[in-house]
Amino acid sequence: MLVACRVCRTTLLQSLFMAQRVSIFVTCIVDQLFPKVGLAMADVLERLGYQVDFPEDQTCCGQPAFNTGYRQEACQVARHFLKVFRDSEYVVVPSGSCTSMVAHHFHDLFPADEDARRAASELTTRVWEFSKFVLEVAGVDDVGARLEDVVTYHDSCHALREFGIRDGPRRLLANVRGLELREMDAAEECCGFGGTFSIKFPEISGGMAGTKIDSIVRTGARTVVSLDSSCLMQIQGALARAALPVRTMHLAEVLASH
Amino acid sequence: MSVAFDEKVHKTLADANLQLAIYKATARLIDHRKHSVTAAALPDYQDLRTQANALKRHTIDHLDYYLEQFEANVTAHGGKVIYCQDATEVADFVLGLAKERSAQLIVKSKSMTTEEIDLNERLEHHGLESVETDLGEYILQLAHQRPYHIVAPALHLTRYDVGDLFARTLGVANETVVEKQALIARLVLRQKFMAADIGISGANFLVADSGAVLLVENEGNARLTTSAPKIHIAVAGIEKLIPRAQDLAVFLKLLGRSATGQALTVYTSFLSGPRRAGEIDGPEEFYVVLLDNGRTKLLADAGKRESLYCIRCGACLNHCPVYRKIGGHSFPWVYSGPIGAIITPQFMGIEHEPSLPFASSLCGACAEVCPVKIDIPRVLLELRAEVKQAEERGGTNRLERLAFRIWAWVMCHPRIYEMAAMVAAGVAPAENGKWLRSAPAMMNLPPVRAWLSQRDLPPAPGKSFRDLWRKR
Amino acid sequence: MSREAILNKVRTALRRSAGQGIAEPPPVRLYVDQVDAEARVGSMLRAVEALAGKARLAASGEAARAYVGAVLDGRTAVASNSPFLLECGVVDLAGVLSGFTDAAELRALCATADVGITSADYALADTGTLVMLSSPAEARLISLLPPIHIAVVPKERVLSGLDELFTILPDPAAQTSSMVLITGPSRTADIEQILVRGVHGPGEIHVVVVG
Repeated sequence: MLVACRVCRTTLLQSLFMAQRVSIFVTCIVDQLFPKVGLAMADVLERLGYQVDFPEDQTCCGQPAFNTGYRQEACQVARHFLKVFRDSEYVVVPSGSCTSMVAHHFHDLFPADEDARRAASELTTRVWEFSKFVLEVAGVDDVGARLEDVVTYHDSCHALREFGIRDGPRRLLANVRGLELREMDAAEECCGFGGTFSIKFPEISGGMAGTKIDSIVRTGARTVVSLDSSCLMQIQGALARAALPVRTMHLAEVLASH
Repeated sequence: MSVAFDEKVHKTLADANLQLAIYKATARLIDHRKHSVTAAALPDYQDLRTQANALKRHTIDHLDYYLEQFEANVTAHGGKVIYCQDATEVADFVLGLAKERSAQLIVKSKSMTTEEIDLNERLEHHGLESVETDLGEYILQLAHQRPYHIVAPALHLTRYDVGDLFARTLGVANETVVEKQALIARLVLRQKFMAADIGISGANFLVADSGAVLLVENEGNARLTTSAPKIHIAVAGIEKLIPRAQDLAVFLKLLGRSATGQALTVYTSFLSGPRRAGEIDGPEEFYVVLLDNGRTKLLADAGKRESLYCIRCGACLNHCPVYRKIGGHSFPWVYSGPIGAIITPQFMGIEHEPSLPFASSLCGACAEVCPVKIDIPRVLLELRAEVKQAEERGGTNRLERLAFRIWAWVMCHPRIYEMAAMVAAGVAPAENGKWLRSAPAMMNLPPVRAWLSQRDLPPAPGKSFRDLWRKR
Repeated sequence: MSREAILNKVRTALRRSAGQGIAEPPPVRLYVDQVDAEARVGSMLRAVEALAGKARLAASGEAARAYVGAVLDGRTAVASNSPFLLECGVVDLAGVLSGFTDAAELRALCATADVGITSADYALADTGTLVMLSSPAEARLISLLPPIHIAVVPKERVLSGLDELFTILPDPAAQTSSMVLITGPSRTADIEQILVRGVHGPGEIHVVVVG
């Protein structure tokens, strides 16, 4: 009751004083394959009192090209991204790897272009991975969610190692009513996606997924939660192939549940 | 990737016992390291890493100065420095010295640098007997195999393998109790130590202000190698230099912990020159071979020069999810794991094994544990860009480049992107939300097939996010 | 010559010229823990035991001698020429041979002796380490060849750790051709990661701190 009031109060206050706008960059994989994740994230942000804006010209952060060594192509896509989000005060992203691409690698794409580099550096301060935004900008670790389930959390590599995101999502999950969180022993091990790595080295990628799902199964959890849809796609694909009755949910979907 | 790599990977992944051995061995090393660098065990761990990185950066950036300082100090203490450009020059030096001294038997302590230059093979080809004395390396020498891991070279072998091997090569009874196997090796090798004319070691560090070689080990074979024979030759890459003896207080706190979780290895030897006047034992002659073998090539590339900071602890191997699947023998060179993946293309040229920099999910676990803070993922990304540039120049892999060019163009034109997405959604099979085991003929492209070889595909959602957002 | 070739390549790679000076190296980083002598000794003994070594605090040289005698238990030993061992009377124990200055003679004895007895130049309390400098008083092989090693160390020589060692001994090369840090008994885990002690070096070590 108290918590619900806190959330309502936030919403009320913010709508009284003109709701803060946030832009969302849903990422191409969410846009095309996991749209519910984007909707869930928007729901949560609105519940927290934000006015959510979706710049329609957004496409991709350029990571697939960058990771495959095509810097020119990544650079072009990055320029487009900079243009699309130039005027957004906050850009919230349901992915650690895409946020990392923008925050840590855009800068390296413009070795000769001073203006673009400056724009990229400046953008770094405005782009936020979703859970980090909720905790540090919205300042909330309880969004009033409810989900009866036994879950385990997979630490997406970029979020974990490039942003130090480890305790935050766990705190958010701990405050979801009805939710039991069980730790898997291989929580911090890579799921094996790695972008084009998953199709250039399918056997190794599959092997890594195997280790991950073995660890998941050992927890007895019914759901795997992560904050990266690419990880979830890899993990769910492996679970489905092994015909295991475990589902995956993005953190945003969990937090949107009530 | 080359056929050879694919085959080795496949074989390793298919061998359930080997998978378990690799996973368990690395899991143990991961755990040991973790407990040795906690806030309680080593409160200034992160600060030490920063300092180690700064020391390495400084030394490498001024390497000529430190090489000369090192050489002057070795000489001042009665030793001699031999610069060697490649494997042949090292072998020639050792062979020449052996001939002059009528030396026949050589004992060796563990050294990846000597593996790099196939030193044993070269010496044996010329009739010398060169015996590995580290237990793991000794086993591998008898088995004619390469090390599987920088620090745990025989991790892929079982005690039964070792029992068979000793019985076959040493003519002893087949013994499978590990303590007894170690005793067999101890007895055989003790005789070699006592009779050897020359002891060859590597060096973990070369200390410039002291003209000293620093060696770490747990068995005692490096001490014996460098104390029993009359001649000691240390072979080390030029990048092993550190400025001062006092800097060892930083590096020694990081090396043992990162490698095996030990605060210090059992023996740490700081050796500078032959025995001094008054000392009772120790070698009468002391040589340090400084090896280039391509290191100056890496040195010239300022963007990837940090690859030379490596202190060969093996932590990156232990934490790498790819290494933990494919093991050390899948890699094309003696250096495996993440460090091997970045230095092999730099030493051999990216055309040697152009897919090696791509055999990584860029998870960053290596960079997180590297004691000298080498940003391995960043170097891998640079190597990937170089491979693609080389392909463009050479006109190869055109289809992939074209695909990415089109992809980039689409991604810069939102309306085209939306249309392309609609088309793709149109041909995607709709199977009521179920994950797909296979794809229809129209979508049976190599990337899709590669994905499906290991896991199912997500169901097509029907509507994209932007469609749903517009209707919201 | 290869020397010139390599140094030239290095200089070219770094865009430096011969004889060029260097920037200041990062400052030496040594932080010495102020730990009192009793605490240091206690820490040393505990650390040695944690490594499966045997540690003993002896109140006097005689007590140390008695302990060593008990460990020897009739076996043969080679002792170093350390004045401290002489002072403690350890070299007078039955079965102990010492006073060797000839390398070949010493090596032959070490190869067959059951026990090697030395002192140590320093000890490092936080890691249970013995620091041995090769000298006329301490030969290298005594602490290496026999399967058992006993070190008898006066408590003043116990330092807090590496930082203190390199603070008081910044230039080991000025004093000796060999400084060895010994941290526990010889070991390996090369076969199936199973721990085995005493592969090449001593599998059993005793550290007696006196005072």
